[in-house]
Amino acid sequence: MNGHLLLEILVAAIGAGTPFVYAALGELVTEKSGVLNLGVEGMMLVGAICGFIGMAKTGSLLVAVLAGMGAGMAMALIFGVLTLTLMANQVASGLALTIFGVGLSAFLGLTYTSIALPGVPALPIPWLSDIPVLGPLLFSHDILIYGSILLYAAISGFLYRTRAGLILRGLGEAPESAHALGYNVIGIRYLAVLFGGAMAGLAGVYLSVAYTPMWVEGMTAGRGWVSLALVVFATWRPSRVMLGAYLFGGITILQFHIQGFGIDIPSQLLSMLPYLATIAVLVLISRNRQTIRLHSPASLGIPYHPQS
Amino acid sequence: MTPRLQLEGMTKVYPSVTACDRIDLSIMPGEIHAVLGENGAGKSTLMKMIYGVIRPDAGHILWNGEPVVIRNPAHARRLGIGMVFQHFSLFETLTVTENIALAMDGRCRADRLAGRIRTVSEQYGLPLDPNRLVHSLSVGIRQRVEIIRCLLQEPKLLIMDEPTSVLTPQAVRTMFDTLRRLADEGCSILYISHKLDEIMALCHRATIIRGGRVTGTADPAGETAASLARMMTGHDLPRCAQDRPAPGTQPCLEIHRLSRKAEDQFGTDLDDISLTVNRGEILGIAGISGNGQQELLRVLSGEQRLDTPETITINGQPAAHLGPAERRGLGLAFVPEERIGRGAVPGLSLTENVVLTAHRMGMVRHGLLCMERAAAYARNCVRSFAVRCGSINDPVNSLSGGNMQKFITGREILQNPALLIASQPTWGVDVGAANVIRQAIIGLRNRGTAVLVISEELDELFEICDRLVVIAGGRLTPPVPVAATDREEIGLWMGGMFPDRPAVPQEAGHA
Amino acid sequence: MLRIEARPGPSKTMRYLSPLIAALLMLVSGLVIFTLLGKDPGRAFHAFFVEPVNDLYGIGELLIKASPLMLIGTGLAVGFRASIWNIGAEGQLTVGAICGGTVAIWLAQVQAGWLLPLMILCGGLGGMLWAAIPALLRTRFHANEILVSLMLNYVAILLLALLVHGPLRDPEGYGFPQSILFGEAATLPVLVEGTRLHAGVLVSLAGVLAGWILLEKSFLGYQIRVAGLAGRAADYAGFDRSRLIWTGMLAGGLAAGIAGVLEVAGPIGQLIDSVSPGYGYAAIIVAFVGRLHPGGIVLASLLMALLYLGGESGQMNLDLPAAVTGIFQGLLLFYLLAADFLINYRLVPGRRATGGRQ
Repeated sequence: MNGHLLLEILVAAIGAGTPFVYAALGELVTEKSGVLNLGVEGMMLVGAICGFIGMAKTGSLLVAVLAGMGAGMAMALIFGVLTLTLMANQVASGLALTIFGVGLSAFLGLTYTSIALPGVPALPIPWLSDIPVLGPLLFSHDILIYGSILLYAAISGFLYRTRAGLILRGLGEAPESAHALGYNVIGIRYLAVLFGGAMAGLAGVYLSVAYTPMWVEGMTAGRGWVSLALVVFATWRPSRVMLGAYLFGGITILQFHIQGFGIDIPSQLLSMLPYLATIAVLVLISRNRQTIRLHSPASLGIPYHPQS
Repeated sequence: MTPRLQLEGMTKVYPSVTACDRIDLSIMPGEIHAVLGENGAGKSTLMKMIYGVIRPDAGHILWNGEPVVIRNPAHARRLGIGMVFQHFSLFETLTVTENIALAMDGRCRADRLAGRIRTVSEQYGLPLDPNRLVHSLSVGIRQRVEIIRCLLQEPKLLIMDEPTSVLTPQAVRTMFDTLRRLADEGCSILYISHKLDEIMALCHRATIIRGGRVTGTADPAGETAASLARMMTGHDLPRCAQDRPAPGTQPCLEIHRLSRKAEDQFGTDLDDISLTVNRGEILGIAGISGNGQQELLRVLSGEQRLDTPETITINGQPAAHLGPAERRGLGLAFVPEERIGRGAVPGLSLTENVVLTAHRMGMVRHGLLCMERAAAYARNCVRSFAVRCGSINDPVNSLSGGNMQKFITGREILQNPALLIASQPTWGVDVGAANVIRQAIIGLRNRGTAVLVISEELDELFEICDRLVVIAGGRLTPPVPVAATDREEIGLWMGGMFPDRPAVPQEAGHA
Repeated sequence: MLRIEARPGPSKTMRYLSPLIAALLMLVSGLVIFTLLGKDPGRAFHAFFVEPVNDLYGIGELLIKASPLMLIGTGLAVGFRASIWNIGAEGQLTVGAICGGTVAIWLAQVQAGWLLPLMILCGGLGGMLWAAIPALLRTRFHANEILVSLMLNYVAILLLALLVHGPLRDPEGYGFPQSILFGEAATLPVLVEGTRLHAGVLVSLAGVLAGWILLEKSFLGYQIRVAGLAGRAADYAGFDRSRLIWTGMLAGGLAAGIAGVLEVAGPIGQLIDSVSPGYGYAAIIVAFVGRLHPGGIVLASLLMALLYLGGESGQMNLDLPAAVTGIFQGLLLFYLLAADFLINYRLVPGRRATGGRQ
């Protein structure tokens, strides 16, 4: 494989990995607060169609982004009300959210299936983008990809350098203790859930507006679920989320390139790759129970309600 | 002088119970004031109202003579109220500094805070290493974290909820010194306990609560344990009838040189443990929680199996490789420490909970359940152990703590075990129920069963046991007959100062 | 002003009432959605919920759709009761259809009565095999069964596509991605003249009955319940937890696999690249709405089947988008989860909205 092709694949992997970055970092924050939202796939789909509609109607990327994030948050709010206020089972509520999101997005997208959008132009950063290898790899992307990298920096800083991040981590660790110290557990969890929804929505917008600028029913194709697996794979650490996201971006891209090499493998087998890879990394990381125990928020998935 | 804190008519009503009913209380600056009452009397609810965790349904709080409504714990801390919780409010995977930072309301730099933690903790004789992760600390040290966290705020009122259950008798004295010093500096202390001797040793005044109401105030120095107990429970303290027969000599449970690394990195390694429990005797294991009791119990119950069958024998049968169900087949019965979620299944009825361990008493035929038999067993258990419940079809979690413990203990004892292991059999249980349970254990012993009791309550162990051992740092002392020892010696052992053996490395603050 | 208050104990009445409240709220939401879409709500309601079942043929269709839902729902309930979240029924159904269908295609010449039972057996084994993967990875490596079983859904559907585009494609099918039509002996007989109602419904009902005995009457069912309610109590009692995980996963796989065979041997009659309109996911809702109880699951499966039929009927008669069905399904589960709040809490008139909680 020559260097040129490798670079091309790496650049493409960053693009393909970006939806995972947004969705998995959002879910990471949600889970750090102790809430497991399995509805990422549903929030992503609704975000994708709402962003798409926003873009199709106004032509403004900003509107598309806001619409997608808003839709993701609205979906997350339903989840929040069910699990945080009404103390419903988080697994069941997350599944319901996905089932609902699949239906709702298909419904909203009915009249948009035959429209193609112009896509989002690349925004090479002056000078930096001229650096060989690093230029095309890091500094010649569209604004949503830059945004995802900024998001990573922001979340890492937030979690480990700020007091609010410390509160969030403590809350996911021991909600009773946080409550006893006077923190509003439910309120903070709402914020974390809404943030996760906004990021899942944004991941959807990236898919439908920038990555493949069109709307296809169920176009996320399990990316929301893969994002959930990525959070586990990353053992709840942002830097490893990035690693995993681009790894999976690479696997997604690889299936097209293998066909491009003229290797005769049925396309369905290649399409299975990301799903099989997800299972493989889950098994690898889960084998060591201690690692998971040490890094996962101790109250993850357990409903908490303060008595007063 | 104006009282530091004055409560008038504090009331908190829950759907099923009035936790606090028009409670009045006042405490002066520099006063150590005991709040004395049984488990479930309403002490903790009252304290949480003062600390702003729970909102009262009625009543007033006067702080330095001024009426206040304490909105939340942060507000309470701003007023100068600090609280050390019975069940610690710590975050295990964070460091000591981070834990303390979470309770400091103002912004503070981590390095400056660490310095202050070092200074203040040494100043009060409770040294702490600010950089340690909390899960790596022993229970006693964790309590220090809680206390230092309060002291850094320079409180005017310190609330301490059952603080001595995690300390050896010697460490209790150190803490009392700290508390007296604080009081001399003008800090008021609300001291919640059900241990009468402690209150008589430490407190200036006492308010006694029973069933959510104040039943009296007293000067503890002028009272006896018996008179305080009468105010607390409404009657004289029951004593167990002991009529000890000669203790048996035939071994029932034998542990041979058990060593095991903790499976959990937060746990304690078991180090060369050997022990024999004979038929017709009660052997007690004393120790502060977190010294290997959980790990030992999991190995004894079969929840954790070993590859070396001979390490544990029950009536001579190798058992260490067997699971809980198979060990029960050898005559083991087990009352675990956690009632709800381990000893009993929440959401299932009393009848259904009988099936959990007593299913071998003819309740399963051809793989199908025979619920009539389970119901008969449950009725028998409720009658024999005076379990107060609406009906045997009620969910088990509708029982009070004491009744649930009577039910679980009854379920195990009615299986006529050859060996009973009971962990914290009366923890958090009211005096009446505790007495029923202790008496039942003694009765079982008198019928020839071997009994192993693990408890943090020295009083209880001295009351019912024939022999005692102490567990500290995952190691066991040799057994000693109860009559041949006293609390002072056991207390030293609990602190790791074993007889004739090098001391267990002490986990001090590493300051 | 209403205020929320914890009940002293969970309410039995609300446990039964809450699915009904959820169904009612879903119907009300339906009226609102129809109105928003500019349809006459009365007519739309009629077209969606009444027309599909106002004749014998319609009732037959309802039972055809309810059949896989009740069977899979019961199988999933076994796992859900043990807190084993098998959400891979869609894939298990697909693999069941592949296995049973392959038998029918290979033995196309056979005209014997044992062919159908053999297909059902192979389909059930196929579903169990597919469910065994997450069970194995969970018990051996602690891998999350939710994510693994879900990923396998995509893999199974791609596998089916691969087969009907390749080895199992009908050589005389003009290149369409479908197998040959199954023979007479590989097709489920119709039960009632004038409908498509086939014998698969009886198999499903037998499955529900077996599920009822397992869940409600057996000691194994008791152990499953304990493991789901309090895992540490199950350990304390010495119940073998990995055996319970296997039981929960395999029961779901078996049920879904058989349901898959019944689909291809019944209404479809051949292998095509899409054998299920999301039954595997809908059955999750059925299991919850049915309170994880086989009796309730039968009722819930009828309601869900009606939603499928209503979606088709609304599309044909009123030009309602078929996607409305998915929205209704999601809403139904939302409402159920919300209404379940009333099992442990109640609303009482009072002065403070926060009441017993903060």
